[in-house]
Amino acid sequence: MLQGIAFYLMSAVAVLSGLLVVTARNPVHSVLWLILAFFSSAGLFVLLGAEFLAMLLVVVYVGAVAVLFLFVVMMLDVDFVRLREGFAAYLPLAAIVAGVLLAEMVMISIVVAQGGAAADAVAPALATADTTNVEAIGRVLYTDYVYVFQAAGIVLLIAMIGAIVLTLRRKESVRRQDPGAQTNRDRRTSVEIKGVTTGVGVTGEELR
Amino acid sequence: MEVGLQHYLAVAAMLFTIGVFGIFVNRKNVIIILMSVELILLAVNINFVAFSTYLNDVQGQIMAMFVLTVAAAEAAVGLAILVTFFRNRGDIAVDDASVMKG
Repeated sequence: MLQGIAFYLMSAVAVLSGLLVVTARNPVHSVLWLILAFFSSAGLFVLLGAEFLAMLLVVVYVGAVAVLFLFVVMMLDVDFVRLREGFAAYLPLAAIVAGVLLAEMVMISIVVAQGGAAADAVAPALATADTTNVEAIGRVLYTDYVYVFQAAGIVLLIAMIGAIVLTLRRKESVRRQDPGAQTNRDRRTSVEIKGVTTGVGVTGEELR
Repeated sequence: MEVGLQHYLAVAAMLFTIGVFGIFVNRKNVIIILMSVELILLAVNINFVAFSTYLNDVQGQIMAMFVLTVAAAEAAVGLAILVTFFRNRGDIAVDDASVMKG
């Protein structure tokens, strides 16, 4: 009973905020609605017994991706009113496509849940006493999926390098460090020995 | 109010549809399009986790993790491209980005 109420509440919030993401006038509001959608989906994950993924969703999406979106939206000085041109023009076609897609997918969902691979799947026991969700994931992730796990790390590394390469700007006005040149300096180019005679000085002029 | 697999699949279907709808109606705004893609990937994740729970198999959650990874990478690279595009053009309208006549 309580689970049902929680499910309907969180799925309603997720769907409504998802709808507001794509229809909000202000993109900053869109990002905030996106955060709400992610939060309620994390709640759904908890209901499904996937606590680790719920945490991951909050940390990765709300903590990183949504904040990144917020940064970009606020950083770029864009006329968002002009970008909304054509919203009403595309609306009928989009509504038709979305309606057909939704009807098809809901029908397939019902068929799968009642007659497909997951036929008559019962709601499982949420947390068994002997293994937690994190332990179950870890047991599979670090054994069967260890290479895929490493590949995911490489994907993230390449994405990081790509983002840096794309956005790094070399300005002529900024004096940058050149670590190579700094470490390649040696005594000959940096220090000079001059024989300074007493009472004369480096310049060679007679001191008074 | 018994919550079954089809309920979760229906929610995921709705979020997926909203994502597709968002791409259709916000044809010019790349930021909203990227957010719609995130919504679509979230719907996929909900499907993965729901099947994982109802089939009693943890592999669905592993797949959801990898989807999450790819989504984060995609958002980072997409927004980087967006920032570069904005620097070059001073605007982010996608219909201007037709130099390659794709």
